[in-house]
Amino acid sequence: MLRERILNFVFAFGLLAVPLIAYVSDAPFVITLATKVAILALAGVGLNIALGLGGLISLGHAAFFGIGGYAMGILASHAQSYTLLTTWPFEIAGTKSMLIIWVVALASSGLAALIIGALSLRTSGAYFIMITLAFGQMLFFFAISWPAYGGEDGLPIYLRNGFPGLNTLDPIQFFTITYVILGLALFLSSRLSKSRFGLALQATRQNPERVEAVGMRPFNIRLTAFLISGMITGLAGALFADLNRFVSPSMFSWQTSGEIMVFVILGGVGRLYGPVAGAALFILLEHWLGGINDYWQFLLGLILLGVVLFARGGLIGTLVGREVAHD
Amino acid sequence: MTLIIEQLLNGLQLGVMLFLMAAGLTLVFGVMGLINLAHGSLYMVGAFACAAVATATGSFWLGVIASLAAAAAAGAIVELVVIRRLYSRDHLDQVLATFALILVFSEGTRWLFGSFPLFLDVPAAFSGPVTLPGGIEYSRYRLAIIAAGLLIAVGLYALITKTRLGIRIRAGESDREMIAALGVDISKLYTIVFALGAALAGFAGALVGAIQSVQVGMGEPVLILAFVVVVIGGIGSVKGAFVGALLVGMTDTLGRFLLPVFFGTFMDPSSATSVGSALASMSIYILMALVLVAKPSGLYGDAI
Amino acid sequence: MTDPVLSVRNISKSFGALKASDEVSIGLLPGEIHALIGPNGAGKSTLISQIAGGLRPDSGTVEFLGQDVTTLGTAARARMGLARSFQVSSVVPDFTVLQNVVLAVQGATGHWMGFLRPVMKATGLTEAAINFIDQVGLTGRYTIHAADLAHGERRKLEIAMALALSPKAFLLDEPMAGLGVEGTGEMTKLLDQLRHKAPILLVEHDMDAVFKLADRISVLVYGRVIATGSVDEIRTNSEVQRAYLGEEAVL
Repeated sequence: MLRERILNFVFAFGLLAVPLIAYVSDAPFVITLATKVAILALAGVGLNIALGLGGLISLGHAAFFGIGGYAMGILASHAQSYTLLTTWPFEIAGTKSMLIIWVVALASSGLAALIIGALSLRTSGAYFIMITLAFGQMLFFFAISWPAYGGEDGLPIYLRNGFPGLNTLDPIQFFTITYVILGLALFLSSRLSKSRFGLALQATRQNPERVEAVGMRPFNIRLTAFLISGMITGLAGALFADLNRFVSPSMFSWQTSGEIMVFVILGGVGRLYGPVAGAALFILLEHWLGGINDYWQFLLGLILLGVVLFARGGLIGTLVGREVAHD
Repeated sequence: MTLIIEQLLNGLQLGVMLFLMAAGLTLVFGVMGLINLAHGSLYMVGAFACAAVATATGSFWLGVIASLAAAAAAGAIVELVVIRRLYSRDHLDQVLATFALILVFSEGTRWLFGSFPLFLDVPAAFSGPVTLPGGIEYSRYRLAIIAAGLLIAVGLYALITKTRLGIRIRAGESDREMIAALGVDISKLYTIVFALGAALAGFAGALVGAIQSVQVGMGEPVLILAFVVVVIGGIGSVKGAFVGALLVGMTDTLGRFLLPVFFGTFMDPSSATSVGSALASMSIYILMALVLVAKPSGLYGDAI
Repeated sequence: MTDPVLSVRNISKSFGALKASDEVSIGLLPGEIHALIGPNGAGKSTLISQIAGGLRPDSGTVEFLGQDVTTLGTAARARMGLARSFQVSSVVPDFTVLQNVVLAVQGATGHWMGFLRPVMKATGLTEAAINFIDQVGLTGRYTIHAADLAHGERRKLEIAMALALSPKAFLLDEPMAGLGVEGTGEMTKLLDQLRHKAPILLVEHDMDAVFKLADRISVLVYGRVIATGSVDEIRTNSEVQRAYLGEEAVL
């Protein structure tokens, strides 16, 4: 437990220190990389609630990531073209305000998580994996074939959205926003795991029959977990779109779902900081291996295979040892 | 009318190809309890083997044989090296390891063949249209694909119900310890089943490769469609895979054809096309959702 | 005569051609231990599932506390105070003893929608849980993980979780299964105390325990209740002997 806390501190501090050093030594590219790590880790924190605490193997979290991204893209594109989003039942204009975009991203990805969750959670095991994957793919094809917001080509946003009192185009300031949100999500995730809900969810993962026999419905508990999980990943999607100032259907792709899952597992399933460690490792590997070889994903695949077959606890699990977090 | 029959045949063609994919998936799941994301990679391996050999030798048929051999060999090797370590693992490990295999296969193929798509010509004997009874012209090659797919479906049915191997496969589905107790070499059986599923996928890849381009990443969209098929049909059921595949093939093809027409009856043409095609792209997933609401374990699945 | 706490009326359940429950009627009176016995495959588990709410009967009704609960789910029945244990002991393996019982205490209230406050620091919940753990004799074992408990202790933990539901009736599926002589003795004593909290419907193979504890016994054979009565009535019932103990036993 103690070693894991120390490691968590190292990751949290490291993710803050790297861009600060980069800021002082004027390396904006490194700041952007760190921002990417923070955002992808946030997506992983979302998935980890469903996957780590709830044992729900969702291969469709790209759905929420993409919805968050398009919430940003759609609102900002209307704002930059000065057109109304809709005139019926009342007039809704676009916006360039991050705060409003986040609320919309949370609400829309939450709604999607409720619908997809309510359908997928009627099943379990391998069915659940295939169904979540399929729903993600459904939104991918929808985004491609819906021409209003760029279709296959995606949707560029020329200026990053605004946050009161900050210059979001300054890399270090935008990084700060993502870092604070990641911190809040980690805090929430840590509190969740120890709460009444967390107790019920972890019990449902291990023994749903028993949970039902003491008066709680596993379906409701899992759906709540899926909802919270989807919303956090949706928020990450909105931030990711803002980082790139671009949204495209690829945010919905099965590769995205797979990568979010890889962050969680590379770091260590069910570990609070697993997604942070995993996303950092992934981005570092992308950077290093990508420098060595154009086909770096080939090497990534081999590394992943090695992790699954021989280092099942992920990075944190390997560093901490086999002890499992209880309490 | 002619157009509708043509679309029905296209739907049937997509359906039988999906069946070839889904049959392997569902067998592997039913017998070994393994969820295999890398099944799409075997489809791609088949297509690339066929295209490479056909280009080198000038013979499509040698290419098809190569696709079967390459996919079966790739399947057997993957089973021996990686997959058999996963049978006792949970689904999460299986998903992750087979996801890793996709990366290895895709990037490995890109390394060998480059990023540009390969093209595979339809064999001369099957090029051009054929006139069906009633004067309808239809692609001879697609008709051959349908026939080949249906033949394989019949063959697979016979294999599973009539042969010793089939009896062992079915025994493996219902009771693993029992079959081991009967003295069947279970690890050999698993390798055979996996290679068989791989060969079916590779064969589908080769046949489809001649009407679409052969490129890295071609397998995964088909894999996800095959998942939809398996969910609709019920995991482990080859019959369910067949029915599900035809349903999905028809729904997708007819949806793309009919929905824009349907919206065109009360919308202006350009928005009818965009609304229609957007909805059509979701139609099979909506079908899957409906099946889930009615029968969560699929049309031919056991209760979960 | 008092009203039964739990009453099963004419329930039937078939799986294909197999009639697992055939017009079964059983009542559980306040304060009693009612044992349900029968050979393997008699349909005891199916009956328990229908009473607990996991299976819906094809026909007939289940009444609990004077209310028709036939269409209610397992969780709703549990919250009403129908507390069960499983044939194969069923606890949350990675949780401590205390966490397992806290889970049951929070389940009894149906209040799991707390997201931020640490549940194990909610003294109301943990104190109640400790009280139940002490009642089954697991004092001092609070922080042991359920997976590390001895088999008999896990059985007791299940009883503690059942107690947490403010039970109005217990549904215990073979609580003696796998316990040694000593364990069975302890469990018999525990169940004898439990009956003062709520009546027990007891499925059990251990006939010594059944004859020691039961006020009434029902015998289930091929999905039918062939006899219900006191221990002596059942012991001497020739139909029961024939069906349950085999032909030789009569001779």
